[in-house]
Amino acid sequence: MNYNWDWGIFFKSTGIGSEIYLDWFVTGLGWTIAIALVGWVIALLLGSLLGVMRTVPNRWIAGIATTYVEIFRNVPLLVQLFLWYFLVPDLLPEPLEMWFKQDLNPATSAYLSVVVCLGLFTAARVCEQVRTGIQALPQGQTAAAYAMGFRLPQIYSNVLLPQAYRIIIPPLTSEFLNIFKNSSVASLIGLMELLAQTKQTAEFSANLFEAFTLATLIYFTLNMGLMLLMRMIEHRVAVPGLIAVGGK
Amino acid sequence: MDFSAILPALPGLWDGMLLTLQLMVMGVLGGVILGTALAMLRLSHNKWLANAAATYVNYFRSIPLLLVITWFYFAVPFILRWITGEDTPIGAFSSCLVAFIMFEAAYFCEIVRAGIQAIAKGQMGAAQALGMNYPQSMRLIILPQAFRKMTPLLLQQSIILFQDTSLVYTVGLMDFLNASRSRGDIIGQSHEFLIFAGLVYFTVSFAASLLVKHLQRRLAV
Repeated sequence: MNYNWDWGIFFKSTGIGSEIYLDWFVTGLGWTIAIALVGWVIALLLGSLLGVMRTVPNRWIAGIATTYVEIFRNVPLLVQLFLWYFLVPDLLPEPLEMWFKQDLNPATSAYLSVVVCLGLFTAARVCEQVRTGIQALPQGQTAAAYAMGFRLPQIYSNVLLPQAYRIIIPPLTSEFLNIFKNSSVASLIGLMELLAQTKQTAEFSANLFEAFTLATLIYFTLNMGLMLLMRMIEHRVAVPGLIAVGGK
Repeated sequence: MDFSAILPALPGLWDGMLLTLQLMVMGVLGGVILGTALAMLRLSHNKWLANAAATYVNYFRSIPLLLVITWFYFAVPFILRWITGEDTPIGAFSSCLVAFIMFEAAYFCEIVRAGIQAIAKGQMGAAQALGMNYPQSMRLIILPQAFRKMTPLLLQQSIILFQDTSLVYTVGLMDFLNASRSRGDIIGQSHEFLIFAGLVYFTVSFAASLLVKHLQRRLAV
């Protein structure tokens, strides 16, 4: 087991076409970002809806959202992914099933599964943050809005949610970062995102330490960059006088 | 859907569950010990030690667990070889366990740190006034109180770890998920076995989280 260090490996040819190993990482990063961003849009929309549902004064509606959260929080992400990728397509109506399995190319069908899976998985977490944000607001806000003649949907869209979102930016940031990290499970259903490309590079070139070091650096930089971005947004939209921002 | 094939497969699935639980328990124990040590370092007055621990935590918290598991699986044999100078066979289980302990320690560290910082400052002062030195006051006064406060959080993190153990699928370790999948595949009933696995994970985590909530109310100081 002799190991040949070679940090120049990323600029060497993979032997496939004219690609160098770095190209693989770039492609992988592209997939990772594409999964995370689209999944995040789903998570934010659905999570907000569920978070609102958990706080409305109706036991049935709140119960549905609570059930959703419990189910999606207590089943491992990987099991959920397998269910979406292996089971759900078989339950679709015949034409849709054929389209998913035969017409789509394998990368696209894996991508769809991962995005739906991560979106719904993260939505349960976003829901809890949104609920916490809404509940953190003083009761008087709702009462005052009612007194001014707002209806419930108006109260949420004009009074509660705009404030709640601004309070929960820090926990939302960590969910946003989590979805990037969680997107790595896509490698287990054959989607060539960053981790899968890293593994492939390690196997092709036998320079596994270099490959995994680069992958770690990419994840690390992505994380730090996004965190700084979210901090900037947090400062910009902070509710004056409501909470201390950036204190640490 | 025909779930009758699951019954005869239960012993095999149970073996998988045992491996999952083993990984979880050892991962939590190792993670809490290493995490507590890291928290001590982070809170120490030595700037170098504090920074080193902070770097460790930030590093592991910004990369995916799956990356850590995969990397360790590939790398640990090489590293052992460099250290010991000879081929030391190490199974997937050990490399996964090391990955879990090192990864989870970063998360446990933050929980322990928050727990220690939540203890009133006067406690440390009083302990030292009684003539205890720093290690003694930590061990006898601060940590017992801190652990009581953070038990619910530690348990919640353990439930997350229980679910995350399923990621060892990537190195082919026969944990509960992998045992279910492989058995389902062999007899051509992968759907049923997958659903069953999901139900079991759900039941265990859900029941455990209810227990934690109950405990949280009882432990509230």
